Amino acid sequence: MSNMLDIKKITPKNITDKELFYGHKACAGCGGSLAVRLALKVLGERTYAALPAGCMSAVGFIYPQMAFKNNAIITPFPGVASMASGIEAGAKALGIEDYKTVAFAGDGGTADIGFQALSGMIDRDDNVLYICYDNEAYMNTGIQKSGLTPFGTKTTTTPAGKNLPGSITHKKNLFEIIAAHDIKYAATASIGYPQDFINKVNKAKHIKGATFIHVYASCPTGWGTPTHTSVEIAKEAVDCGLFYLAEYENGEFKLNKNPKEFASAAEYLKKQGRFKHMTEENINEVVAQRDMKWERMRRKWL
Amino acid sequence: MNKPQKKDFIKPKHINDYPVGPQFEAGHLADINAGWRTVRPVVDHEACIFCLRCYIVCPDGTIFKDGDKIGIDYDYCKGCGVCAHECPKDAISMIKEEL
Repeated sequence: MSNMLDIKKITPKNITDKELFYGHKACAGCGGSLAVRLALKVLGERTYAALPAGCMSAVGFIYPQMAFKNNAIITPFPGVASMASGIEAGAKALGIEDYKTVAFAGDGGTADIGFQALSGMIDRDDNVLYICYDNEAYMNTGIQKSGLTPFGTKTTTTPAGKNLPGSITHKKNLFEIIAAHDIKYAATASIGYPQDFINKVNKAKHIKGATFIHVYASCPTGWGTPTHTSVEIAKEAVDCGLFYLAEYENGEFKLNKNPKEFASAAEYLKKQGRFKHMTEENINEVVAQRDMKWERMRRKWL
Repeated sequence: MNKPQKKDFIKPKHINDYPVGPQFEAGHLADINAGWRTVRPVVDHEACIFCLRCYIVCPDGTIFKDGDKIGIDYDYCKGCGVCAHECPKDAISMIKEEL
């Protein structure tokens, strides 16, 4: 592993002008496409990208419109990590140098369907950066609940009504599950904090071995938010403590942002169509869950 | 601006004209995305402090550095308004598109 202190920080001023994800057909204000765009800008043109079935492959590869400027491939839904492993093995066998392999998968393709392959990829420590853009449901197929859908979300498979408050399960603790593999580097990020995100991608780029970034990416269509608030809402999720910015490196957890006081979670929830139905009781449950999680994180990770 | 350019696409007339196997040229843009835009961002260059916040948060990458000014590629801007909302100086306004 190279010395992290030697890596130059990437800022909007010195980031490359090249656009490598351009002309895609994502909805206006798409958070996932922003995550892919920024990550590719950091990783550069010599990047092999693997994408499973999901929004970013659906909007990026519409023949004859190919929005990826680098080498990119669609993989089977459960196999993005194994495909990326294969690309890595192929590049190694061909003696190709100065490149990076990256996998972009949504929350369903990572935490549910693609999880087995991802676990194997990390176990083999293949030199792949895996980026999960988390929009908290299967958005591409029309908003179905995934393992990363939080409590109280209205989706088409967890409708909200008199009997149920939408999703009745809490968000899977993906970051810690990945860290439990003793991975070289894992991080969480949010498109609301793009500077933090691009530097985490840059850090992962310079690490040889399996790395993982979980990026919180808003979806105006699925969340029922206006398109112009996409970045703001992803920032608010961090500010109100329902998402967190952390890193796992050399066997240690590190909390990057530890707010003294949280912004109002109720305000964040009530802004979104998917949470509009939530009662005060539901919101209190979300807040209680959040406080429990933060109490543990502050005790162990600081 | 360093981005893929729109190229004319000649529609295959025969099955033999299609690419062999499921692969195609990277960065081939056959179409523009401006058709679904209802409001367009307009930059007030006097108020702009060139902080590049809009450049970094644009989901479509249509905002670019045009020398020391902010430029917008209206062929691919979808008019989501993230740039105008995030601008710390309110230097970008969203103007309704006229038909």
